[in-house]
Amino acid sequence: MSVKLNSRQVGDVSVVDVAGRITLGEGSTALRDALRDMVAKNHKKILLNLGDVSYIDSSGIGELVSGFTSVTNSGGQLKLLGLTKRVKDLLQITKLYTVFDVHEDESSAIRSFA
Amino acid sequence: MSNQSRHEAETVERSLDSNLDSVDYAEEITMGVAKRAGFDEDDLTKIGMAVRESMVNAVVHGNRYNANKKVRFSIHKDTDRLTVRIIDEGEGFDVESVPDPLAPENLFRNSGRGIFLIRSFMDDCRIRRLEPGGTEVTLVKRMVSK
Repeated sequence: MSVKLNSRQVGDVSVVDVAGRITLGEGSTALRDALRDMVAKNHKKILLNLGDVSYIDSSGIGELVSGFTSVTNSGGQLKLLGLTKRVKDLLQITKLYTVFDVHEDESSAIRSFA
Repeated sequence: MSNQSRHEAETVERSLDSNLDSVDYAEEITMGVAKRAGFDEDDLTKIGMAVRESMVNAVVHGNRYNANKKVRFSIHKDTDRLTVRIIDEGEGFDVESVPDPLAPENLFRNSGRGIFLIRSFMDDCRIRRLEPGGTEVTLVKRMVSK
C-alpha cells in the first residue's frame, strides 16, 4: 500500500487520517495535494493523524515541513497526532520534532486549537 | 534462522532502470539480504531507508529519470558486514556543497535531508565522483552480536 488519506471535520478542526507509506512519488504527492487543497479552501485548523503511517522518507518529511510552512503562512495551524516511534525518531534526528506541535491524544489535540 | 545462513556470504548485483520502481526493488532486495544476515528490526529499518534515499538520489538527482541511463546496484553480505554500492550515470555532485539540514536557516527547507539520514543510519557512507561522469555511493553496516 502506498498512502491513504481520509479527511473529516471535528468542530472547526479538519482532521486528516493518513495511513501507509509517505515516500517520494504517490505518497508525498497525495499529502501535498491534500494540504494544498485545505489551504486553498481556507481551512485554518488542521490536524494530521499519522498514527497509521508505517514509513516516511526524506521526501515525506519535506512535505510535512512544506505543509506546515504553507498552513502557517496562510494564518492557520498544522499539528501532528499519534506519531509512531519510527516517525518520531526521524523528526527528532532531523531536529523537527520541536518545530511541530505533536499530540498523542485526539481530544486534547482538538482542544489545543481553541 | 540458522547460524549457517547468517554466516554464508551472499552477493546480489542488478542493473536497474532510472525510475521509482527501481527504488522499491532495491529496497526490497536489501531488506531480504539484511534479514538473512540477522539484523534486528531497528537496523533493518535504518538500512532500508539508507538504501531508499541513496537510490532516490541516483534515479532523481543523478540520472534524472533518464530512460537511457542505468543505476548499478550491488549488495554483499559477508561475516561481519553488509556493503551496498549504488552507481549512477549522472553528472556527479560535490557532496561538500550540500547544505547542513540541521542548520537553523535550513530547517524549513523541503529537501536536502537524504544524505544526512544515510550517514545517520549507516556505519560508513562514502560518496565518490566518477570520471568521466557518475556518482558511486558505498554504504556499510556492521553486524554486531546482540
